[in-house]
Amino acid sequence: MTGTPQIESTSSAGFPAIRTVGVDGFLVSFAGQLDERANRAALAFRAALERESWPGVAECATSLVSAFLRFDLAACDHDSLRARLDTLLASRDWYDAPLPEGRRLWRVPVVFGGDHGPQLAEAAKLAGQSVEDAIATLCAQPVRVQTIGFAPGQPYLGQLPQNWDIPRQTGLTPHVPEAALVVAIRQLIVFSVGTPTGWRHIGQTGLRLFRPEADDPFLLRPGDEVLFHEAHDLDRLRKSPDGGAVAEALT
Amino acid sequence: MTRAITIHAASPGVSVQDKGRPGYLAQGLSRGGAADLLALAEGAALLGQSDDLAVLELAGGAITLSASDDMRVALTGADMRATLDGAPLVWGASHALPKGAVLKISPSRGGFGYVHLGGGLDAPVQMGARGAHLAAGLGQAVQTGDTIAVGPDTGHRTGLCLPAAALDTTLRLVPSLQTALFGDAALARLEATPLTKDARGNRMGQRLVPEGEGFATETGLSILSETIVPGDVQITGDGMPYVLLSECQTTGGYPRIGTVLPADLPKLLRAGPGTVFRARFIPLDEAAALERAEAKRRAGLSRSLQPLLRDPRDIPDLLRYQLVSGVTAGNELEEC
Repeated sequence: MTGTPQIESTSSAGFPAIRTVGVDGFLVSFAGQLDERANRAALAFRAALERESWPGVAECATSLVSAFLRFDLAACDHDSLRARLDTLLASRDWYDAPLPEGRRLWRVPVVFGGDHGPQLAEAAKLAGQSVEDAIATLCAQPVRVQTIGFAPGQPYLGQLPQNWDIPRQTGLTPHVPEAALVVAIRQLIVFSVGTPTGWRHIGQTGLRLFRPEADDPFLLRPGDEVLFHEAHDLDRLRKSPDGGAVAEALT
Repeated sequence: MTRAITIHAASPGVSVQDKGRPGYLAQGLSRGGAADLLALAEGAALLGQSDDLAVLELAGGAITLSASDDMRVALTGADMRATLDGAPLVWGASHALPKGAVLKISPSRGGFGYVHLGGGLDAPVQMGARGAHLAAGLGQAVQTGDTIAVGPDTGHRTGLCLPAAALDTTLRLVPSLQTALFGDAALARLEATPLTKDARGNRMGQRLVPEGEGFATETGLSILSETIVPGDVQITGDGMPYVLLSECQTTGGYPRIGTVLPADLPKLLRAGPGTVFRARFIPLDEAAALERAEAKRRAGLSRSLQPLLRDPRDIPDLLRYQLVSGVTAGNELEEC
């Protein structure tokens, strides 16, 4: 089953919103929470910023529902850049933007629970499901790469059903390995590097998301979809090309 | 034979750094590069070369090295102990590094120090830069036994220093995306609270320990992951502030209470553990003006170069110097 992720309601009042980030950045947010249309809007707005290539803009990126822009303080100022952002925002309905071209569906095997997902039972309980039902839910529908971030090539995948709106834990788990599957706030992440985290570790994949030696060092792109299925032999996954994952074009 | 330095001993926390890799934020790779960009500019000014050249960053670490040829070296960032064949070298200055002489550097109170070579380190370029991004697994820490190529050096002056940067212990902040989440009372408390630099810190971030309770928020655990910039003060679930540095993550879900001005990061990076800082919010327009002024100052650092005065006690061959003849203009007697 490869149905599209569920379309969420349009963003709430007060968006899109332009806010400053640090001393030399702007963030254009299209919603205050994870939202399918706002995610599309952010991706399309960032693509438009790249096309505009205003002088003094150093870098653009997207997060889940926002587009980020960093600029050179010697070449521009906040007022003129904010005015340009206002004009660009008003130029179309960004929430109606299509998803990026060239999207792919990745079928990704995961070893759930046990040593490879020590917090699966805890996460399932917070979501009000048995461990078996939790695995079934997480594998039932594709989740979309809503953004790449935190670490190189690392996807934020969503959106899970409402009962998976579980908070991060208050303490940090000191180390979760590369390729781990973790969950919080209706999202899944596969870690691209080993890292401390507040998300709960529920499984392990064989994905290598960041390949600095390759021409294209990043495996996944925003807009790609990922459909997980349960596997049991992690060593075999790790030896397989792309960790046992296979991709097909999404039309 | 190519010019190179040989690393005879390196503790953890030594890496090759430059200005990092801007442009990969959308793919989750932070800029990385030297944590203390002021130190990069100071080293470049001392050696009269571009601040794009790669250097050694000592994140609280120690190193012993020697050069294959006569070279020039500059030492910047956090004050460290440096000796050349056993004789002490002044920090914050440029020196001759004769072929085969042993340069030994060890931390004194902590923080990030930098070793610049005339011509720059010619380490391999990966994804557009030479700097190691340790968190991303891009490049690696410098190891004992490594040989690192050094580029051609067109300069020749040594024995120069810069006036010590005026580094107080106030960290000026601008509001960040989630600053309002904390509420006015918590923000006022942040400004009133002594914040002690913790021993725990690395290229990703530096922990500060507040006196009294932390700054935890209930809602903070469920906010959406959002773009992070270096200088952001992240509050983890236990209420502890972390100042995020050049190798930080690109997005994160823990709320940021504010962002330290880039111009103030060297204060934190050059201080030793136990140093007590104060946070103070300033308006964005004031912060932008300060940053523009600091960028100008950095670009003009070479105008502040002064000849290094040697302390007579540090000169083993003192009797070879003519001590009484000649007249000085006086200005070279200013202390660096």
